[in-house]
Amino acid sequence: MSDLIRSTADELSRALASGEASSVEVTQAHLDRIDAVDGDVHAFLHVSEKALATAADVDRRRAAGEQLAPLAGVPVAVKDVLCTLDMPSTSGSRILEGWVPPYDATVVQRLRAADMVLLGKTNMDEFAMGSSTEYSAYGPTRNPWDLDRIPGGSGGGSAAAVAAFEAPLALGSDTGGSIRQPGAVTGTVGVKPTYGGVSRYGAIALASSLDQVGPVSRTVLDSALLHDVIGGHDPRDSTSLTDAWPSFTEAARRGLAGGALEGVRVGVVKELAGDGFQAGVRARFAEALELLTRAGAEVVEVSAPSFEYAISAYYLILPAEASSNLAKFDSVRFGLRVVPEGRGTVEDVMAATREAGFGPEVKRRIVLGTYALSAGYYDAYYGSAQKVRTLVQRDFAAAFEKVDVLVSPSAPTTAFPIGEKVDDPLSMYLNDLTTIPANLAGVPGITVPMGLAEEDGLPTGLQFMAPQREDARLYTYGAAVEQLLEQGWGAPLLSRAPDLAATRQSAATEGVI
Amino acid sequence: MSEITREQVEHLAGLARIALTPDEISSLTTELGQIVDSVAKVSEVATADVPATSHPVPLQNVTRPDVPGETLTAEQALSGAPDHDGSRFRVTAILGEEQ
Repeated sequence: MSDLIRSTADELSRALASGEASSVEVTQAHLDRIDAVDGDVHAFLHVSEKALATAADVDRRRAAGEQLAPLAGVPVAVKDVLCTLDMPSTSGSRILEGWVPPYDATVVQRLRAADMVLLGKTNMDEFAMGSSTEYSAYGPTRNPWDLDRIPGGSGGGSAAAVAAFEAPLALGSDTGGSIRQPGAVTGTVGVKPTYGGVSRYGAIALASSLDQVGPVSRTVLDSALLHDVIGGHDPRDSTSLTDAWPSFTEAARRGLAGGALEGVRVGVVKELAGDGFQAGVRARFAEALELLTRAGAEVVEVSAPSFEYAISAYYLILPAEASSNLAKFDSVRFGLRVVPEGRGTVEDVMAATREAGFGPEVKRRIVLGTYALSAGYYDAYYGSAQKVRTLVQRDFAAAFEKVDVLVSPSAPTTAFPIGEKVDDPLSMYLNDLTTIPANLAGVPGITVPMGLAEEDGLPTGLQFMAPQREDARLYTYGAAVEQLLEQGWGAPLLSRAPDLAATRQSAATEGVI
Repeated sequence: MSEITREQVEHLAGLARIALTPDEISSLTTELGQIVDSVAKVSEVATADVPATSHPVPLQNVTRPDVPGETLTAEQALSGAPDHDGSRFRVTAILGEEQ
């Protein structure tokens, strides 16, 4: 194969099955790429030392005639929010620095059972709180399209890793957009499955009623292949759905077969467009709607009036749940322990540990959540937010009576410069305006590259949302629109991203680094 | 404007067991006030007739037979602890002098 790092996971899977490439070759190519560009991109917090050994084992077993799973031997990166037995799992926080869990997250176990090659752990905002990866305790990840800009967040590491061709696939987690918003601003694909569709066991919890693990990739089909590996019921997660899921790979292939958008009723959410959105995002979105119409879809406007309140409800529910979930970082069972001067009681040690181990955004949200849950304020804040959640669900239900799928831009803007919003929490929170409603209602969402904004040449994303349990629609329609858009561009969007290795080389020649 | 005071932030930080510095308390007092003002709009539509939703997908409680399952060994459970004696987590004094 000519270019292993630029191949899709689907192409790699077929090349491995036919013997055209070995897993060791594929894995080595990605490790070399990480060596070459990750000094700039900083998508990874940890690179596995076992990747090549796993790859060699897969090659040996394939050569011996063993029947292997479709993605056997294909490399994958794992967001650091997920527990891994053989690699540190920090969730981007100083309080878990160097912590190696005594168990694997279920999704990680499933990657291993499918003989996939774990490349390493990807960077993220601390405990997944953020939209830019700048709140990582280990320094920001940089957007491969422009190294001075953010890659989105909290899963900026996973999105940047696939955008920079350091991995064909990655796992992310999406509590309010942490898979979809980074996908939008890096020109990649990401899916938030139906709540309960993928196990959360071993995912370090942020907000348990919103968190969902999902796939990150460069193509819709690749996300479907990965979703088929990680999805399905897990008795270790009490919120895991017992549904029998259809093959998402088949769903994506149906979308690529042509004609999939004919007669599909597409709803444009009135409240998820308009003045707050960057001009270039609005322009590409309008074009995408025209494209859907030309492909035979029936595009109508739908109203979801409660979405206006979704972001406020989210920033009460999330901090409330997070303040409770993060109570476990108490310096007793795992992670950091800081003993204050004069020692003190275990409570003094906890307080000193949490002061030293948590970053500013985590402290902000824990204190906010503690406030929202405190006596006298509970009804006005947390109680009201839970009612808004009902209203948002009703808006989705009413919309899905009229349409098969909803669309919006995946993010209101393109990637902004690193540092621009880091000290302005309210403006940072607005980045998730378009993605939060899906989490509040538990419905699935996907982002697909939608083209470059004219004013800055940076990627924009198109979001599809489907009713609960109808994730297959996202793959079918997402793959169909991806194919049509790429036909218009003449090549995948990422082929227009700058050549990172060349940038670094020329910088080195000029003595800049 | 919300009425978030410095004393309130100090109290909340105490409840959350975070030993914030005086500077952090100052900036959090301002930021928390702004955030609370902004999110308080939820009460505009949260009328008495709207039921609360705690969970996106209706689920029933999940139980399993009351038999020992696969659990971590003591060694595994202690493997990430800041301090332990081989079979138990070790912490500093539970009670202060005045208690």
